[in-house]
Amino acid sequence: MAEPLLEVKGLNVSFATEDGTVRAVGGVDFELERGKVLGIVGESGSGKSVTAMTILGLTRDKNTRFEGEVIYKGQDLIDLSESRLRDVRGNEIAMIFQDPMTSLNPVYTVGDQIVEAIQTHEGANKREAMRRAVELLRQVGIPNPQQRVSDYPHQFSGGMRQRAMIAMALSCNPDVLIADEPTTALDVTIQAQILELLANLRRDFDSSVILITHDLGVVAEVADEIIVMYAGRVVERGSKRQIFYDPQHPYTWGLLGSIPRLDRPKPKKLHSIEGTPPSLINLPRGCKFRPRCPHAFEMCQEEPELKKRVDDAGHLDRCWLSVEDKRRLREATIAGEAQEVA
Amino acid sequence: MLAFILRRFIGMIAVLFAVSVLVFIIFILVPGGDPASRMAGKNPTRENVQNIREKWGFDRPIYIQYVKMMEKAANGFLPGSHGEYDILTSFQNRQDVTKEIRKGIPATFSLCIGAGIIWLFFGIAVGVVSAVTAGRFSDRLITTFALIGISMPVFWLGIVMRYFLAEKPNNPPFPDGEYVPLTVDPVQWAYHLILPWFCLSVLFIGFYGRVLRSNMLDTMNEDYVRTARAKGVAPRRVLLKHVLRNSLIPIVSLFGLDFAAVLGGGAILTETVFSLKGVGWYAAQSVGDLDLPPIMGVTLYGAFFIVVFSAVVDFLYAFLDPRIRAV
Repeated sequence: MAEPLLEVKGLNVSFATEDGTVRAVGGVDFELERGKVLGIVGESGSGKSVTAMTILGLTRDKNTRFEGEVIYKGQDLIDLSESRLRDVRGNEIAMIFQDPMTSLNPVYTVGDQIVEAIQTHEGANKREAMRRAVELLRQVGIPNPQQRVSDYPHQFSGGMRQRAMIAMALSCNPDVLIADEPTTALDVTIQAQILELLANLRRDFDSSVILITHDLGVVAEVADEIIVMYAGRVVERGSKRQIFYDPQHPYTWGLLGSIPRLDRPKPKKLHSIEGTPPSLINLPRGCKFRPRCPHAFEMCQEEPELKKRVDDAGHLDRCWLSVEDKRRLREATIAGEAQEVA
Repeated sequence: MLAFILRRFIGMIAVLFAVSVLVFIIFILVPGGDPASRMAGKNPTRENVQNIREKWGFDRPIYIQYVKMMEKAANGFLPGSHGEYDILTSFQNRQDVTKEIRKGIPATFSLCIGAGIIWLFFGIAVGVVSAVTAGRFSDRLITTFALIGISMPVFWLGIVMRYFLAEKPNNPPFPDGEYVPLTVDPVQWAYHLILPWFCLSVLFIGFYGRVLRSNMLDTMNEDYVRTARAKGVAPRRVLLKHVLRNSLIPIVSLFGLDFAAVLGGGAILTETVFSLKGVGWYAAQSVGDLDLPPIMGVTLYGAFFIVVFSAVVDFLYAFLDPRIRAV
């Protein structure tokens, strides 16, 4: 295996609040290789965004505690000074966010905001930077970039704003692009265009991508490797094939089962995972998914570690069930109700 | 943009017209009785009352009365001499109201422009410092002072300032009273105005500081601020270019209207406490004497500034916030 570009080891992030300590991320490990797309999936509050923002140090605050390491090019980004970290932000690791409607500053032109990103990291003069901004807008598929570069964000549609955000993120040729729910706020046809754009740009810019989403359909589209997060933990990790065709964790089954699919018999009722995610202040003892898991047993009182349990390289999970039980039980979750109809 | 300016200009004239009608209703129609005998003052002669009645058109329809009133108010601005009843004159001493207002303008403008600069500068400084250090000791301290500033009555503060800084000690650090025109001696002008400037500013500094603080704290949580940080932009630049720039937009409209109000004679208390013979002082005197024409004049004069400055604020808004330009 090639030397990973970015390596997250034992990452823990907690926030001190008036109600108690929120353990947003409790044990995340992954490696990102050059030119690969890593998908991070999980529902709201599973720690996906906090993990991503922590990589860039955007969660730093006097009330935040970090443990673990984020190794990028031999340096630990968690310990890096704020000023050194600023050289990494936007330059080597760039990020785009969920809501393109609010992620651009309304009082500056799109061009000015891309120019700001370029000039923050490179000594380009304003004209040169503006010329590059036009070129970037052309690359992300904005028509008439010469004119549109001096438009304000409110003159752009949602999809165009997300393209502009991507252009801004790519302006310094980052090694890693973190996309936090980049398509969630967009309608489906635009989503497909943005995903295609991300896939093409990864090829053209040779960037690695961390794609955060709650939508398994999105990762199925573009990811090479997938990690599934629940309550701040990675519960399963593997290649796209492993996650979609041999899922090991009951939570992953639940996610897969709740996607309507055309290639399977139509279920009577679409599966949903019972219950709600646990409070991050009072996490359940043992396996964090236990209270919602239909297959929980005594072992689950103790939290399983993330390790290889199935005989397939690179496929890790956090579930005590035996591999045979998992393969038997998961069919009932993913397609069970369909069988009743059949 | 041109259409926007034109539309705003027409709106301005419409509002001024509406204000003048209101002034007419309040001062001429509502009190009832015979306005001519009220205007003629105490112990009027019969001819005098009759004269006023004719000149003001009180024996003619209401709209003629309105036109006559506006004519008289406007005549004060026009060159040439006018008879006593062709212009707006006070009941008390028969002085030309417009002339009196104009006499007060240098003092009022000196007070308000200086105070405006002071309160805007310190208001922004207070807001920025307390937003940046939110929750820490300096923020709490500033908040306490801001609340004290907002709560202190201007007349009390002014008297206390005068007493301790201009009168009580053997060598008071500041001169007491009397406005020195800028054209006579700029240094003495500023020296004499320092106390009134701060007295008028204290309330606004506290108020603007609080408003800006909460605006900035809201703006700091905006997604575009996170975007700027994720680009690697330095904190100072994020603060000034992204947070402050957006937080100042509401401050502009506050400032425009507050500034117009004090320019338009709203600094009544400060002017009175420091015996600055400005427009506000003139208004206070006239109210004390129940002298209607000067009150009418000051009201029209004040309305003029409010309307003009709210238009200026609108233009500035369009300049500061591109989303408004499109509308």
